Amino acid sequence: MQKLRDEIVAKCKALLEDGTVDRVIGWEKGLFDYDCSPATFTKENIDELVYNEYCGSNLSKYLVKESKAEGNVAVLLKPCDTYSLNELLLEHRVKKEKIFVLGIPCGGMKDEKGELLMKCNTCKGNEHKIADEVMDSDLTVPEARDRFELVEKLDGMTPEERFAFWQGELSKCIRCNACRNVCPACTCLKCVFDNHASGIDSKANADSFEEKMFHIIRAFHVAGRCTDCGECSRVCPQGIPLHLFNRKYIKEINELYGEYQAGETEDSRPPLANFTKEDAEPSVIYEKGRD
Amino acid sequence: MYKLSIDNLNELFALIGQDSKVYAPIERAGQVEFFLWSVEEKVRLDALNTVKSAKGFFFPQTEVLYKTKLEGKKIEIEAAEDAEEPTVYFGVRACDVKSFDVLDKVFLSEPVDSYYAAKRKHGTIVSMACSKPADTCFCGLFGIDATSPAGDVVTWIVGDTLYWDSKTEKGEALTVKVKELLVDADDVEVKKQQTEVKEMIAKAPLHDLSLEGFGGDALDELFNSPKWEALSSACLGCGTCTFVCPTCQCYDIRDYDSGHGVQKFRCWDSCMYSDFTMMAHGNNRTTQLQRFRQRFMHKLVYFPANNDGDFSCVGCGRCLQKCPQSLNIVKVIKALGGKKND
Repeated sequence: MQKLRDEIVAKCKALLEDGTVDRVIGWEKGLFDYDCSPATFTKENIDELVYNEYCGSNLSKYLVKESKAEGNVAVLLKPCDTYSLNELLLEHRVKKEKIFVLGIPCGGMKDEKGELLMKCNTCKGNEHKIADEVMDSDLTVPEARDRFELVEKLDGMTPEERFAFWQGELSKCIRCNACRNVCPACTCLKCVFDNHASGIDSKANADSFEEKMFHIIRAFHVAGRCTDCGECSRVCPQGIPLHLFNRKYIKEINELYGEYQAGETEDSRPPLANFTKEDAEPSVIYEKGRD
Repeated sequence: MYKLSIDNLNELFALIGQDSKVYAPIERAGQVEFFLWSVEEKVRLDALNTVKSAKGFFFPQTEVLYKTKLEGKKIEIEAAEDAEEPTVYFGVRACDVKSFDVLDKVFLSEPVDSYYAAKRKHGTIVSMACSKPADTCFCGLFGIDATSPAGDVVTWIVGDTLYWDSKTEKGEALTVKVKELLVDADDVEVKKQQTEVKEMIAKAPLHDLSLEGFGGDALDELFNSPKWEALSSACLGCGTCTFVCPTCQCYDIRDYDSGHGVQKFRCWDSCMYSDFTMMAHGNNRTTQLQRFRQRFMHKLVYFPANNDGDFSCVGCGRCLQKCPQSLNIVKVIKALGGKKND
């Protein structure tokens, strides 16, 4: 991967030199080998850019902030990260004309223990869905498991078992908002849960109902827009498998409105934001059956 | 010094639990936190750090201060539940024990925070020495000896044996209570472990940090450093670092409308949040750079300026492990202290 990293740096240098971009968003080395951080580079420090198997974070959300800054920016996106950028473009949250997307190949990303990140177990593949240029490499993503495996397992539980599972997981929540703040689909300027004037702002879970409400509302809010990038579960300090909420909704949407992958293209019509006369009526289906 | 077999831990907890509450590191849904002990729980004394620190013993994440009840024109005020029940906190690591000193300076200086003080007064701390520090540990930087924590009782686990040494009056009282389970022991094994662990710490990746250049005198220079921009640029503005931190002590006080009255409660707040210290005129820190700077300036400059040079970090390493984007206080210390990341 060192060779690929050197080629990426050379490419970024060329982009900075010829004035295509003013900054590059990539990763820098941390204190150890396994804790790379997102960082912004210029001509002065581009040699400090790293790319290795510990660059799991999805950089696409930083483009919201970068779009408002002066000048143009290059961003390093792994194949799965490009879905998030497409979704941000679809929602007019970033300005494509200010961004140079350098697609970088991925061989699967690891956590601090050297294990494959949870999100990489259900990888979406090698293809960059949007890129101005893709770096050449023989790296290939890990083999993907069925992403609905665990959702189906939960669906197969009795309501009481399922409630107990989520109660156990969500009672660990410390309301740090890392899941929300890292989420590329969560780009409201002011989240309703931060807004004192909303009357429902909350810095703490008053009871076990509120523990669940925050996460269920959040998952609902990104339903149909969530690309399943897995950042929510990657960053949760308590290891709560939050992505399972999103996948549950993705599975339901697929069943009701046909297969849909958010972020596949930058001009799709998300099923929940699109009305057709043929649209399914979930209440009818679940109460009376599909036909 | 005394000892007991770790096979007898449940008996020990049960005996203490006869007239006290017992908190211990307990695993639930894959994570270890301090929870109220019962015999069904899975105690994990091998876990180095709980996800949340031990500060919640005395400064819980949410706490009702008082309740009011409205009936017609009559308002009834109900005091919070008292915290008079004796409680034993078992298995607290050296860094977390040290964090109580930091919190004491905040909550026990005038005007004393009675909610904190009551819980502190009725709490007995049984600390546990570290036998296997992590790469992310750097308590030595703050003069903490992980092999010899403070606490009312100090314990060490060597193999299958738990060594027990009481250090204070509260510790003596607890020792008397559980005497029937303890047998006399010498400190040979403990000393041996301490030497080994100290060697490990001396070789740990973060053993050579320096706090030179930090403290109250450096306020202007550090506040105005151009390095904050790069240090904070990836910060998501979540509250993870502040909520897992044993010394972050900021809180908010709010009213919870219960329909027929109000519950006045306080909860942890985070200087990383956009509405932190919101005032009538708005907010005095409007960018994430300012918020990020505030957190580290508080720990490394403002706190020592007001507390005889003591820093408000204990080197537990939780922020190193938990920040979603791997930003942390060690990076700040290295960047601003002139020691380059290598």
